[in-house]
Amino acid sequence: MVSMILKRLVLAVPSLIGVVIVTFLLTRALPGDPAAYFAGPAATKEAVEQVRVKLGLDKPLLVQFVHYVGDLSRGDLGASLTTGQPVAIEIRTRLPASAELTLLGLILAVAAAVPLGIAAAIRPGSIIDHACRIVTTAGVSLPVFFTGLILVYVFYYLLGLAPAPLGRLDVFFSPPPQVTGFYLIDSLIARDGELFMASLKQLVLPALTLAIFSLAPIARMTRASMLAVLSSDFVRTARASGLSGFTVVVTYAFRNAMLPVVTTLGMVFSFLLGANVLVEKVFAWPGIGSFAVEALIASDFAPVQGFVLTMAVMYVMLNLAIDILYGIIDPRLRLEA
Amino acid sequence: MSELALPKGGEPRATGLGAAAQHVRYVLRENAVTGFAFALFVMIVLAAVLGPYLVPYDPLASDTAAALKGPSLAHWFGTDQLGRDVLSRVIVATRLDFFIAIASVALVFLMGGIAGVAAGFFGGWTDRIVGRIADTIMAFPLFVLAMGIVAALGNSVQNIILATAIVNFPLYARVARAEANVRRDAGFVLAARLCGNGEARILLAQVLPNIMPIMVVQMSLTMGYAILNAAGLSFIGLGVRPPTAEWGIMVADGSTFMVSGEWWIAFFPGAALMLAVFCFNLLGDGLRDIVDPQRRT
Repeated sequence: MVSMILKRLVLAVPSLIGVVIVTFLLTRALPGDPAAYFAGPAATKEAVEQVRVKLGLDKPLLVQFVHYVGDLSRGDLGASLTTGQPVAIEIRTRLPASAELTLLGLILAVAAAVPLGIAAAIRPGSIIDHACRIVTTAGVSLPVFFTGLILVYVFYYLLGLAPAPLGRLDVFFSPPPQVTGFYLIDSLIARDGELFMASLKQLVLPALTLAIFSLAPIARMTRASMLAVLSSDFVRTARASGLSGFTVVVTYAFRNAMLPVVTTLGMVFSFLLGANVLVEKVFAWPGIGSFAVEALIASDFAPVQGFVLTMAVMYVMLNLAIDILYGIIDPRLRLEA
Repeated sequence: MSELALPKGGEPRATGLGAAAQHVRYVLRENAVTGFAFALFVMIVLAAVLGPYLVPYDPLASDTAAALKGPSLAHWFGTDQLGRDVLSRVIVATRLDFFIAIASVALVFLMGGIAGVAAGFFGGWTDRIVGRIADTIMAFPLFVLAMGIVAALGNSVQNIILATAIVNFPLYARVARAEANVRRDAGFVLAARLCGNGEARILLAQVLPNIMPIMVVQMSLTMGYAILNAAGLSFIGLGVRPPTAEWGIMVADGSTFMVSGEWWIAFFPGAALMLAVFCFNLLGDGLRDIVDPQRRT
């Protein structure tokens, strides 16, 4: 098991190197002179030269790259032009907001999609199967920002059930003392039920939006993989041995059918992390996505670069976690390693 | 070999226009949903081509007296905060959104298709380099990478097209690679080589035409994603600039009015976007079922 995890870790290294090279090249691809760009629009010629020497832009590309990697290894992502704040600190304080939203969205999606896919596979051609097909086809066609806005209109404006889409907490509340950065967990730790409900209310609609978006690929994969497993020999043998339908589906088929679904999670995460940016904009969610969007509009590149790098590193790590999870579910992989 | 490129209709094949018509009839008969998607596709193409001549109002003309009015007989889709007719803007926007999607898909078809075919056919270093590039792109969440590319290269429609093409590159390269790889030692390739054709000529004249059907299916499958990606980028303020009519930016414009009840400004462009993506996804699935029935899920 340990050797398998180590092997996967080593496999993640080229991806990380690729990510760092690409984010480095993206800065060098900035239109015009990066020094003039980082010095700001009002800078004089001397100031631009100073910035050039300070940033090391007068040195060859390879030396610059070494400096860049050096900065990264110290956790330095540069400073934002508009706020002057170090990007790394800003991202660190905003990351829990994004993580809480994305994780809850994923949990909701899996909780709905896996049973739906299984039900559809058990009775192909039934009403549930058709419902599953409609949900999966519609789910991939819905622009995530559009779903979010429709939910806001229905649940905030028409029904008045949800609070205004303005961030993580209503202005009347102050955030719980920080332990994990997840308001749901922190408010529970602080034993503040009212605060828990308040943050849950803010979180439900954006998380639901993400869930609707990522439901489709999970349900589709669960159905396809359950269908394949249910028609396999060992399931037929189990049925012939007189096991109950429930035991066959849950203990025999489900565990085997989960393997391709876990693999799909990698793709789902790629979509989720991207969709997260759009959902954060719709709900004014103070996460790293809206931080990047604000910086994009202000043509402030350092935060965008830091954001792209953070997201990519998280994505590589998530894929690593999925690979390890795969090894836990499938004992054959452990034997191979 | 070459029958891979032909529809598996089982009907006697006619030539030219007759064959095309027969093929369309076959597609529609096989799957009613694909027929519906095809009708929708024709409508989208018509709106894209004829849009500016069909609309009742100038999509850019503001009329502050009629601002923020709900759907009515005069303005079927209502008016936005500047009094512009939403229906006209939604129809006119079709051309730009459609153009962005087509251009990015065509671009990635060229880049990914050629790189992938070369990787699969030649193997060795070509394969390793193309594979490494594809892996690196796949290491990013795709929308996030597209954001980064547009931010770095500059905020323009061309760069949105380029970014959408780049993030789709691995999909195309992988499909093309796999398809070319199984054909590299096929009989017709050996025959062509025996006739004294150069490797590049075999690649372009023998292998590439043979994997076309699969690549075309890939194009229609990713078309919907291309539209979504571009609209998402313009929703967060990249690429298309106001007052240009484009679905993503129109939804962004209308989003502030959603909380105060003026739903029509964001709803209709969003619905148009959804229908277009829905249409391309159905069409792609339908085409895939015909060309490659085994991959049906």
